[in-house]
Amino acid sequence: MSEKKTKRRDFLFTATTAVGAVGAAAVVWPMIDQMNPDASVKALASTEVDVSSLTPGNTLTVLWRGKPVFIRRRTQEEIDEARKVKMEDLIHPEKDEDRAKNPEWLVMLGVCTHLGCVPLNDKGDYNGWFCPCHGSHYDTSGRIRKGPAPWNMEVPKYEFVDAKTIKIG
Amino acid sequence: MSDHDYRPKSKVGQWFNDRLPLLTLANHLTDYPTPKNLNYWWTFGGILTFCLITQIVTGLTLAMHYIAHADMAFESVEHIMRDVNYGWLIRYIHANGASMFFLAVYIHIFRSLFYGSYKAPREIIWIIGIIIYLLMMAAAFMGYVLPWGQMSFWGATVITNLFSAIPLVGEGIVTWLWGGYSVDNPTLTRFFTLHYLIPFLILGLVVLHIWALHVPGNNNPVGIDIKKPSKDTVPFHPYIVIKDGFALLMFMIVFAFFVFYAPNILGHADNYIEANPMVTPAHIVPEWYLLPFYAILRSVPDKLLGVVAMLSAILILAVLPWLDTSKIRSAVFRPLYKQFYWILVADVLILGYVGAMPAEGLYLLIARVATAYYFLHFLVILPVLGFKEKTLPVPLSITEPVLGGSPNLAAARNKESKIE
Repeated sequence: MSEKKTKRRDFLFTATTAVGAVGAAAVVWPMIDQMNPDASVKALASTEVDVSSLTPGNTLTVLWRGKPVFIRRRTQEEIDEARKVKMEDLIHPEKDEDRAKNPEWLVMLGVCTHLGCVPLNDKGDYNGWFCPCHGSHYDTSGRIRKGPAPWNMEVPKYEFVDAKTIKIG
Repeated sequence: MSDHDYRPKSKVGQWFNDRLPLLTLANHLTDYPTPKNLNYWWTFGGILTFCLITQIVTGLTLAMHYIAHADMAFESVEHIMRDVNYGWLIRYIHANGASMFFLAVYIHIFRSLFYGSYKAPREIIWIIGIIIYLLMMAAAFMGYVLPWGQMSFWGATVITNLFSAIPLVGEGIVTWLWGGYSVDNPTLTRFFTLHYLIPFLILGLVVLHIWALHVPGNNNPVGIDIKKPSKDTVPFHPYIVIKDGFALLMFMIVFAFFVFYAPNILGHADNYIEANPMVTPAHIVPEWYLLPFYAILRSVPDKLLGVVAMLSAILILAVLPWLDTSKIRSAVFRPLYKQFYWILVADVLILGYVGAMPAEGLYLLIARVATAYYFLHFLVILPVLGFKEKTLPVPLSITEPVLGGSPNLAAARNKESKIE
């Protein structure tokens, strides 16, 4: 066989394999993507909550996208405690001012950032939340202070529709 | 192998076997030369095959009544327990069968560790075994989610969240696994599908496991290479079949004890409460067979490193044939390894115990020491021991020390009587 012929075969072989690989990937992707959240799951993107009955020092827990959301109406002491913390003492530094635009209201996902359990209210070493699963302590701003969780509890997108209604999502 | 010469006696048999040599295979399995000194620790392969078949048969029958839907799963399991004819029996066999399966597999694995069955030329058998073990854990975990109780739901949440520890893509992977923003109906239906699939993958791997075993043949308590067939071997049937059958009978007595007298003792009461995404149970604990790895996960204060440590603890077993540098297989002739072996057994039991306890104070300290020792055993002790250890003289054959004439007679006889 001459050298030229071998090269032609090599080209055909490579080209066929490449087209085959692209074709296989095109078929595999729908099989993988079908497992991602579907349209009906995505449609449940926002929820409105009436918070008029909530008194200071109490927490309301609502379900949003299958996850609990804590709505905490904080007392002045809790706000002061959260605001006086120094940034260098935090594992995941975030100002309380950024987490709670309206200081009286703290809205966040009630999901521990370690492995997803629901932390308990008014517990732990920092008077905030305590996760019973693997012992993470959160402060009155929902920031991680002690334990295996890497981040503060997440603040979702939310807004006050009127004085007594919060829209999450 | 000699069984290629096999020829069925009947005309029909010959006609069939010329077209599909199944009878040659059956003959190979019957005549398969087996070391004659195999003790009862060698009967767990057969017991494990029994466990797999039991899980598949009871699983198929349960699937005829179970409904994989977040709103109906919990109720359908209660329906199985109360309404379906013998549903309680089938479900209790399946649920306790998982525990029995793991009990047997742990004995099987520690048998290999003691007698060095993972060493050359049996590395592939060992690695296939580790893959089977990983698949067993995946199947058991997903099966535990199906009743959709509180432990099901929160166990699923915690375990799937392990993937969120992966940098950058972690959160995306978790959402993909869930099919939503939390563990919910899409998660349940896919877990059911995979729980149904995995046992058949295991079945295929078991065939490969046995195939790979039949190439070099069984290891044995003395751990030496033997001539096959010879004075050192007996045919698989009837000798090993009867011994395996007797051991299986004993095993089934234990199995039946759990099914009929303590069907819920290995489970958690919380799983008889329907899944509630708003409330996490006070104390989340996995099933007993995953506790040592859970303890390792919790002993590391960093999320990513905790997950890495837990996975490494399992995957380190896959490279064990290359970590153990000793040429001698059986611990019978390795006086130092034998001691470290029992320390490892104790270490794993301690990890299992602290895994069930809250991760704080003294428990956490013990978990950390035990985790460190676990890795020390595989990464330092085993490689070094192969060079440092002064091993005992190994007999030349299984028969020789018994009949006399071996220079290693005294040592072998002494050591052999100790194992039995």
